[in-house]
Amino acid sequence: MSQADITIQGHASAGAMAEPAFSVPAKKMAMWLFIIADSATFAGCLVAYGFIRNGTPNWPRPFHSITNVAVMTLILLTSSLTMLVGVRAAQAGDKPKAFRWVMITAVAGLLFAVLHLKEWMGMISEGATLFHNPWGTPLFSSLFFSITGLHLLHVTGGVIALVAVGVRYQGGRYKADDLEVTGLYWHFVDLVWMFVVPLVYLLNLAH
Amino acid sequence: MTTAATHKSSGMGRDVAVYVGLLVLAGIQFVIAYQNISVQQMFERMLIVAIVEAGVALLFFMHLSENRGLRWFVIIFTVAVTLGLQYGWTDSFRLTNGVPWAK
Repeated sequence: MSQADITIQGHASAGAMAEPAFSVPAKKMAMWLFIIADSATFAGCLVAYGFIRNGTPNWPRPFHSITNVAVMTLILLTSSLTMLVGVRAAQAGDKPKAFRWVMITAVAGLLFAVLHLKEWMGMISEGATLFHNPWGTPLFSSLFFSITGLHLLHVTGGVIALVAVGVRYQGGRYKADDLEVTGLYWHFVDLVWMFVVPLVYLLNLAH
Repeated sequence: MTTAATHKSSGMGRDVAVYVGLLVLAGIQFVIAYQNISVQQMFERMLIVAIVEAGVALLFFMHLSENRGLRWFVIIFTVAVTLGLQYGWTDSFRLTNGVPWAK
């Protein structure tokens, strides 16, 4: 076997090794791994919440209205759709349309964050803080602000990422694939909210 | 209409249908919140709806339906970790019910 044959075979095996896992590009795979890890973070928080709620007698149920949280849910779900429109436009090569829809998604995320802060301010004005709760056990407020705060942090990070990636895509530095990866993160933020709403808000609705 | 354009419009049609479906599922959760049932029943029903919602979002919004290998990779790891987290529930019930075997 000549040196050339060895080199060719070496390159062939290197090519086989370079085959991406599940035929998913590296950036997308990295985002999926992050999503799996972050799912564990949120699952841990929600299970801890369930553990404490179950083990605490006379758990407070302070929410009288679900209007705000319903609007927030509508906005976040709609933002997932606008993100899909943006990604599809990018994949079709329509850069202005993709940029426009990604920015609409970012604005929806910002609106969600503003409504979330409004919700928080309402609770704080009633005396609820991270360490104090006027309706009974302080654990309620601690868990409420921790879990919704962690989600709000993800939304804020998502808005920043959408603007940063959107602008760079518009400027030609990023491709449609980068928008798709950011979209994955945004859908994940939406997905987490589907669990936060029933467990943290709706189960604590005053009847 | 070209093939690519047809594919694009049918994809968008599916996305909109999934979006409407998710809105309906979210609405069901809000309806459950107003049912006159125990907290445990409410929790079970809401959790089932949330899992269905998450599954739909994963399959269609995050396109896991298009990649079988990745789908199982994500499901196996996420479910394994989530199940592992359920380890402490007996202690949570001990807090409310006491431990008769400790006497």
